[in-house]
Amino acid sequence: MSTTIEPTPTPERHAMGKSMKRKEDPRFIRGHGRYLDDFTLPGMLWMSLVHSPYPHARIVKIDKTAALAVPGVVAVLTGEDLAAHNLAWIPTFHGYDKQMVLAVGKVLYQYQEVAGVIASSREIAQDAAELVDVEYEPLDPVVNPFQSRDDKIILRDDRENKTNHIYHWEVGKREETDAAIAASDVSIKERIVFQRCHPAPLEPCGILADMNPATGRLTLYLTSQAPHAHRTVVSLVTGIPEDKIHVISPDLGGGFGNKVPVYPGYVVSAAASVVLGVPVKWIETRTENLTTTGFARDYHMDVEIGASKDGRVTALKVATVADHGAFDAAADPTKYPAGLFGIVTGSYDFPTAFTELDAYFTNKAPGGVAYRCSFRVTEASFAIERGMELLARKLNMDPSELRLLNFVKKEQFPYPSPLGFVYDSGDYHMTLRKALDMIGYEDLRKEQAEKRERGELMGIGISTFTEAVGAGPSKHFDIMGIKMFDSAEIRVHPTGSAILRAGTKSQGQGHETTWAQIAAEELGLDPQNIMVEEGDTDTAPYGLGTYASRSTPVAGAAIAMASRKIREKARKIAAHLLEAAVDDVEWTNYKFQVKGQPDHALTMQEIAFAAYTNPAPDSEPGLEATYYYDPPNLTFPYGAYIAVVDVDRETGAVKVRRFLAIDDCGTVINPMVVEGQIHGGLTEGFAIAFMQEIVYDESGNNLNTNFTEYLVPTSLETPHWETSSTCTPSPHHPIGAKGVGESPNVGSPAAFVNAVMDALAPLGVQHIDMPLTREKVWHACRQAATA
Amino acid sequence: MKISVTVNGKRYERDVEPRTLLAYFLRESLGLTGTHVGCDTSSCGVCVVVLDGEKAVKSCTMLAVMADGHEIMTIEGLVQGGVLHPLQQGFWDQHGLQCGYCTPGMMMTSWVLLKQNPNPSEAEIREGLSGNLCRCTGYQNIVKAVEQAAAAMQSQPVETVA
Amino acid sequence: MFPAPFDYHRPGSLDETLVLLAQYGGDARVLAGGQSLIPAMRFRLARPAVLVDINQLDELAYVREADGMLAIGALARDAALERSSLIESSYPLLFDTSAVVADPVVRQMGTVVGSLCHNDPSGDWSVTALASRAQIVVRGSTGTRVVPIDEFLVDSFSTAVAEGEIALEVRFPSPPPRTSGSYQKIERKVGDFATSAAAAQITLGDDGTVAQIGIAIGAAGPTATRVADAESALRGIKPTKDAIRAAADAARKIADPVADPRGSVEFKKDMAGVLVGRALLAAFERLGVGGLR
Repeated sequence: MSTTIEPTPTPERHAMGKSMKRKEDPRFIRGHGRYLDDFTLPGMLWMSLVHSPYPHARIVKIDKTAALAVPGVVAVLTGEDLAAHNLAWIPTFHGYDKQMVLAVGKVLYQYQEVAGVIASSREIAQDAAELVDVEYEPLDPVVNPFQSRDDKIILRDDRENKTNHIYHWEVGKREETDAAIAASDVSIKERIVFQRCHPAPLEPCGILADMNPATGRLTLYLTSQAPHAHRTVVSLVTGIPEDKIHVISPDLGGGFGNKVPVYPGYVVSAAASVVLGVPVKWIETRTENLTTTGFARDYHMDVEIGASKDGRVTALKVATVADHGAFDAAADPTKYPAGLFGIVTGSYDFPTAFTELDAYFTNKAPGGVAYRCSFRVTEASFAIERGMELLARKLNMDPSELRLLNFVKKEQFPYPSPLGFVYDSGDYHMTLRKALDMIGYEDLRKEQAEKRERGELMGIGISTFTEAVGAGPSKHFDIMGIKMFDSAEIRVHPTGSAILRAGTKSQGQGHETTWAQIAAEELGLDPQNIMVEEGDTDTAPYGLGTYASRSTPVAGAAIAMASRKIREKARKIAAHLLEAAVDDVEWTNYKFQVKGQPDHALTMQEIAFAAYTNPAPDSEPGLEATYYYDPPNLTFPYGAYIAVVDVDRETGAVKVRRFLAIDDCGTVINPMVVEGQIHGGLTEGFAIAFMQEIVYDESGNNLNTNFTEYLVPTSLETPHWETSSTCTPSPHHPIGAKGVGESPNVGSPAAFVNAVMDALAPLGVQHIDMPLTREKVWHACRQAATA
Repeated sequence: MKISVTVNGKRYERDVEPRTLLAYFLRESLGLTGTHVGCDTSSCGVCVVVLDGEKAVKSCTMLAVMADGHEIMTIEGLVQGGVLHPLQQGFWDQHGLQCGYCTPGMMMTSWVLLKQNPNPSEAEIREGLSGNLCRCTGYQNIVKAVEQAAAAMQSQPVETVA
Repeated sequence: MFPAPFDYHRPGSLDETLVLLAQYGGDARVLAGGQSLIPAMRFRLARPAVLVDINQLDELAYVREADGMLAIGALARDAALERSSLIESSYPLLFDTSAVVADPVVRQMGTVVGSLCHNDPSGDWSVTALASRAQIVVRGSTGTRVVPIDEFLVDSFSTAVAEGEIALEVRFPSPPPRTSGSYQKIERKVGDFATSAAAAQITLGDDGTVAQIGIAIGAAGPTATRVADAESALRGIKPTKDAIRAAADAARKIADPVADPRGSVEFKKDMAGVLVGRALLAAFERLGVGGLR
């Protein structure tokens, strides 16, 4: 199966495609990053939250007396206090539901926010929060969606519809799919659960709210992946005019989707600052982070695939039950209640498909955020990649052969998928072949066969996923009605340096570097002298923020387009300076020249100076542009991942011996940054596959309330990553880029699980749900031994 | 209670409550916000500082009063004479950080690691840093950063500042 | 999260420490490394009214051999053992243990004696102390006692140290020639307490039979547990595969773990056996006894 891969030719570029060291790093490596808790203001007070110990209970009484008596306590706020300001409830992001800020009437999940204590120090706020005396009348909890489904206990008595069912969503052809599967030679069906997990960035969420009574302006320092969206939400909820709200999202210590929603702690702090007229700060504890803020996944998916006996897939059906917790706070675009789950046909050319999803309330924390994932693409990719593995086994076919047989072919792009997407570009065969070649797949299979003879458990797992990222075209994508465009504003200064502002917000992705590289590439300027600024709603153009791998596909495009607008203006200035007709001036080699006359050329720096000192007659002085980019389509990054594992039969321990990730994210802006994103995403995928889970016990208690139980892998558990790439640029993106930050987290869980299941195949094990703990693997080995 | 702590070579006298955690003392009493806090269980290591030039300690699991009479080095003390420490250079060159939140703690732990083991293997670095969590990098480039720093420090020993 | 308020004392001498402990009795807690106590106080699971910080008592920060014993003082950090060539060469069981307690940063503050006093049922040092038949030196205002480890570990989070007393030192008998040991731990990740753990220490006689043996398991009961049946079965015989298997089964039998997120009772009982088998195998192999796999 050895194939020679031609290297993708890359023309020598000025700024893009280079592993430029990051411009943001000098402050971080000196300890001079400015994260939320680093901000303090004179007269600042602290807020601490009181949480419910019960998953479901009526609130009988809240007695503030003892808390208010603590010296230093300024106020204790409850849901009733907020109700007086119409702030007891706020709408959820997609607008279908609302959520409590502080519990009114009853609590719906353990750790729900019940009261907020405002005090002169963090310590006093915590001391007093312990003294808020809440009397509860416990109610029976509903702790899984299957129990929720029977509606014996109705959780949300605030809603008109007395049912726990939130919505039904479906796409595709049900009857045709059912018939095709029934008529198939071979089919598989499996319940595949993607467990509840949590993004858990190392910096928790927080706010410093500062109402200035003199100016009437409310400044919110906020851990926000979407500062403009948050400004709009605050204005809509409070009625404060949007010009009186200033959101500053400073350096973020990771986000991964956790810092997209609006949380009760934000609202309580902001309300307290408005009422008291002084700054109020709230910094989440790790426990609050894990128990109350945006969880992810919690999809229970029934996957069915039909195929002919020679292995051609005929149909795919996935029926999902989703656990949304107490409020429907999933951060999905309005028209996509199940996000982009329709990508579930993956990289394969299914003649037909159908998927449906039912979402339910339970007595668990709300959320459903896109955790290092474009809206539910991770769940979908896991379902199809596990499904294909099960099909390969049923067909007794090598899983790589099954994939190569069924891939969408290069010449089929743009490829309309049966569930409604139009994939932009890809060459799945090339990428998988490269992966098989690089890892030495045939040799590994030989080694595995020898080991199996000796009774040793070795497994090889493949995942060849396709993502849908870069939401999105305004025709389809909005959040609370706001279309999901993004923006860039570039001002070139007289001396040829520039400032670039965008509506996105880096959380570690390196925008200060990569955004500068895009603009520098388009303008022929020095990326070192293009300052990038994000996260300040007073200065940045309106954008929807950074999540769902949308920054490069959307804002990256806006930067290129704004640069091109500048270039068009610069062309006119160049023509004026070169005393040539505009049409005779061409952009060659990062300079403007009179056509065919390299001696008559001007750099952008020279033109910038002229824009301020010698502007063309009848033209506006200055050199700047703003661009709002509405993408024509999503982008579809993909990859081929292979994991190799060894399993210790006695203890169930899994050793990931090798992991190779070949990613194709189209045009690469900064290979070093892309590789870093892939390492990080693979590590989170590894964590999800083997250790990360938010578990609730039968009584509704959260069992993973801090880092001693919610397990983040260390350098010692984390495997060594091997990476490489192929490049099929997006044909509709100005620079051909697709987005990459989430691919490794989307694609890798299935590779890990497929590898472990492959190792356990001789024992007859079909499927184990993540996380693949030692005990689960041990249990499977032991059952096989006693069978 | 009055305490006297030398931080990054400078002596500070402050009045603190006994329950004040060292991390918050550094951040709030001294304004050295390069030391971060990420959990309450001594798990994440973003708060690591160097105690008495020999121990990497989690400063959120140490009381400020325990540092009375001791020397602390924080990330802000790593630059000497305006020159980046080889660890800082290594993290920058090797893309050993993304969001930067774990970075100060990682460097402080690495500083002690290299002091005790100037030429560590990859396995030794991975072991030595396993009390510090990183959610962004997958550790691989952090290991490379420490390797680069170790090599740089071996070839050009950093002068000890008197 | 922040501890509830408390009074803080930092005595300058052991005598002063004992006076404070006598004065405050059950209201006081001794603060050494603080790696378990401070997080517990932040969660307000521990609310001592008084902390007696012994970190100034440098004279307790020793690891030394004397009178046929390795003595580890109350302020000796885990990391001191991990980096000691004496421990590496002569106390393989302790060396193994020192490398897997908590995480490498926590070990730079955490103390061996503090860990024993905390007596977490899943702690590491108590398992190793049992297998190597350690003793704890406990001092109160009325005098000093030396408590064998089997008597020291009373119940989960409870030891023989009484109110007003302090554990000053743990002593490990210096191993005779032809002694080795091994510590085996299953943890979900670095920094976790043991899902299951086993320690074994073996001294071979001149004839190749087992002269002295200690076997203990952790996370398998309210405290670390000695596998006495396995010890007596192996004592006086030459090791065999079957004997190791029987020792592992004895551990499975005696293990009495609780189910928690680290694992079920069934899993932990089996792991106790697997790890005892592996600890014995490693210890014998370190002594040059092969053919046992």
